[in-house]
Amino acid sequence: MHTIINKKQITLSDPMLDKNLLEFIRENLDLTGTKNGCGIGMCGSCMVLVDDKPVQACRKTVRHIVGKKLLTIEGMALADGNLHPLQQAFVDAGAIQCGFCTPGMVLAAHALLLKNNQPSRDQIRKAIHNNLCRCTGYQQIVDAIEQAAHYYRSQRNTSMHTHKIQHTVADSTSQ
Amino acid sequence: MASDKIIKSRFFFEDEVEEKLAEVPTEEPDSWQADEKLAKVGKPYSRIDGYDKVSGTARYAFDMHLPNMAQAKTLRCPLAHARIKGIDTRKAEKLSGVLAVLTHRNTPEIKWYGTSFLFDTHLRYEGDEVACVIAETESIAEQAIKLINVDYEELDHVVDAKEAMQDSAPKLYDSGNIRNGEPGTYSRGEVEKGFAQADTVIEDTYRTQIAIHNPTEVHCSVVNWDGDRLTVWDSTQGIFRVRDGVANSLNIPLNSVRVIKKYMGGGFGSKLEAGKYTVMAALAAKQIGRPVRITLDRKEMNLAVGNRPDSVQTLKGGVKKDGTLTALFHHSYGAIGAHPSNAQCSWPLKSMYKCDNVKVEEYSVYINAGRARPFRAPGHVQGFFALESLLDDLAEKINMDPLEFRLKNYADKDQVYNIPYTSKVLREAYQKGADAIGWQNRSEKPGSGRGPVKRGIGMSSQIWWGGGGPPAYATLKLNRDGTLRVIAGTQDIGTGTYTFMAQVAAEALELPMEKVEVILGDTAVAPYCGASGGSTTAPSVSPAVRNAAENMKAKLISGAAAHLEVPESQLTYQKGMVNHKTNTDKSIAIDQLVREMGEQVMVSIGKRGANPEGYMINTFGAQFADVQVDTETGKIRVNKIVAAHDIGRVLNVKTLENQMHGGVIQGLSFALMEERVIDRYTGKVVTFNMHDYKMPTIMDMPDIEMFIVSGGDPKISSTGVKGVGEPAMIPTPAAIANAVYNAIGVRIKQLPMTPDKVLNALYR
Ligand code: FES
Ligand code: FES
Repeated sequence: MHTIINKKQITLSDPMLDKNLLEFIRENLDLTGTKNGCGIGMCGSCMVLVDDKPVQACRKTVRHIVGKKLLTIEGMALADGNLHPLQQAFVDAGAIQCGFCTPGMVLAAHALLLKNNQPSRDQIRKAIHNNLCRCTGYQQIVDAIEQAAHYYRSQRNTSMHTHKIQHTVADSTSQ
Repeated sequence: MASDKIIKSRFFFEDEVEEKLAEVPTEEPDSWQADEKLAKVGKPYSRIDGYDKVSGTARYAFDMHLPNMAQAKTLRCPLAHARIKGIDTRKAEKLSGVLAVLTHRNTPEIKWYGTSFLFDTHLRYEGDEVACVIAETESIAEQAIKLINVDYEELDHVVDAKEAMQDSAPKLYDSGNIRNGEPGTYSRGEVEKGFAQADTVIEDTYRTQIAIHNPTEVHCSVVNWDGDRLTVWDSTQGIFRVRDGVANSLNIPLNSVRVIKKYMGGGFGSKLEAGKYTVMAALAAKQIGRPVRITLDRKEMNLAVGNRPDSVQTLKGGVKKDGTLTALFHHSYGAIGAHPSNAQCSWPLKSMYKCDNVKVEEYSVYINAGRARPFRAPGHVQGFFALESLLDDLAEKINMDPLEFRLKNYADKDQVYNIPYTSKVLREAYQKGADAIGWQNRSEKPGSGRGPVKRGIGMSSQIWWGGGGPPAYATLKLNRDGTLRVIAGTQDIGTGTYTFMAQVAAEALELPMEKVEVILGDTAVAPYCGASGGSTTAPSVSPAVRNAAENMKAKLISGAAAHLEVPESQLTYQKGMVNHKTNTDKSIAIDQLVREMGEQVMVSIGKRGANPEGYMINTFGAQFADVQVDTETGKIRVNKIVAAHDIGRVLNVKTLENQMHGGVIQGLSFALMEERVIDRYTGKVVTFNMHDYKMPTIMDMPDIEMFIVSGGDPKISSTGVKGVGEPAMIPTPAAIANAVYNAIGVRIKQLPMTPDKVLNALYR
């Protein structure tokens, strides 16, 4: 059984399958960018993408990613360590305070922009309405996503397949 | 260099005066003037720790992982009030993977809260610590907790402040449930005489709820012993407070404890002190000889690590026909939970408006629930809701525009200490706010809008301290390549401290931002700064950084003089160069100078100067709300908030906007949704997860327009900065409440203004 985590194929063993996906990501993969804010699907700080769709990892088991692609925040940055334009937009727009909600926000936004690179502000709001931020007033987060949409459009215009936007990153996901 | 001196420094931290001896510089650079043109300070630089946070590389205490680390979980009392008769941990200890179980029986008696112990056999609330299990994994620890057998003697409980004040109520302490046995009081002038002079007197009672901080990162620590030396990674707003608390509890030298906090997922006042959890983890780590990580879960967060006390405030105000306030009276009580804290909320009434006759009586009451802690503008958020509601009603009674009424009673000096403010730019805030919200279009007849959805506009003022003060220190290290490191014992709790520290250093030394790096949040390497609360961080530490930079300049000039063999007086510092005033050949770049000096680094220390004698330092502001109320569903929608504030000099527009928006939404949330609910029969909290404890999402956000009406305040410090964290939240609930009244013509006197309360008020 395989899964692709941040562009890297890894093998899953049977006993792992029933493990909570968030615990698996944080403990087995040591990818601590994915946070735990509530453990019951109410805050979105554990959000990851499975086959480009946003998923609250705390609500799933490893079984959910068998044969699928998992993207965590560690897989967003470019291979050279530079930020993905969406991440950069979060920094530029001041869409961050404590940053604990930020990985989940970025991934929720990424999922939206992969399927809709010209979202209205309302569509942006809907896309992140499951992500709780206790610090900011959300407005700059919407600004960031709106700004980043340009990039996704330019990728489409240069006729790249949207999946190319997910860049590879050398991380230590093989176990 | 002039020698420094030590003074007695007093300033407001949260809502209490803190007094400390502090070393201050005798010589300071000239303060930046109110409208001084600065190159870096005030500019919208992006957070310098932005990369870490968007990339996931930022390691919070929650993420710390050490080799061979064990996990700890806490068994908490399931009852509101109980006594431990017996405890049997044998089954838990036998579970495979369990490493240790701590209880009152096998740990030293460590004092806590002044009224209790780390593990007390008298359990005073649901959530009180009973035992701590350390195991190989969190889930084993959780299983083991269920295997601990505790024989509780259930005691009568009381979870309502009013009931707790009755003689017949179950007692949390032998001395009774009223903290200190008596109310806090204050008075000035003669309040009865003032009421006699009034043409109109209104008395009313306002209620606010208990709210929980609920930062996204739970309280947590990772602890590690090297022999007798302890390192603690903690999610905290005050590294030195944690160091002191942990060292005292364990009775070990301060030198042996190092507390580190690089990133944290919010605090809002709940993380201003050392937690029991940290000490439990340290005891356990010592016992098992391994590092230990301890985390709370969301339920524990909602039970045991602080809340904003509730309030029942009876206010009475007297006013003359011409709008002069003649007297104000405040009586209140609020629940502080099971251990000492403070429910006072009269500061707004005592200090906001000019009024000669004021009387206050306020009770902090013990109940069987988690202890209160400061929560973003403690006392002020609830106090302003009551005061500003009363003020609007008074204005209406005398047929005066609410804004005009406030201007009529504008305080030109501090009302409590009778001293001038260093600065107050509130009139401008009123003006800007009123223009932006369209105050002139506000309906003068409340509830007169047509149709089921009614629109209203309201406003509230705010006053807060936020001047900070010494002690606060910063160290600068200049490297051989001309890069600079700023080191200070403050912490960035998400507010942008890293970034503005770099800006201030880059400004003073005229260096590019890229050359400056900032190290905060480590008691072992950084000089002391206070905890990050009370909106004191920026006003306290920014002048220390500037002072350190000036000292660095002096050092560089001295070094250049020796190297170039010219008198110091002939040299000036500019943009990373020491230049001769007349001879252009005699100049040297600072990196070269540092190399010439044969040093790895040049070090300077800076200190926060004293606050001016005889002045009060306050922030001021006004917020205006535009709301709509659906009179059929009772739902309130906030369309827009305009926030106009005097906060001294702005350090960074971008992080300021975060603070303002974040404060507004927390205020909105307090006004409309958040509430901790306790079942009075069982004494148990029913809103203990993020589903039942309602917090706003993006869908609840109004438009926010922000104005900063102040420039730097040169009287306060060399940077002229006041704080902003708390001011942003204070007036929001009151402004919304007044807007709701303007919309529907019925006053809602209890927060949160949930649809049921709106409908009850409308159709009762
Ligand atoms: S931790 Fe998964 S939604 Fe909160
Ligand atoms: S930035 Fe702190 S929770 Fe969003």
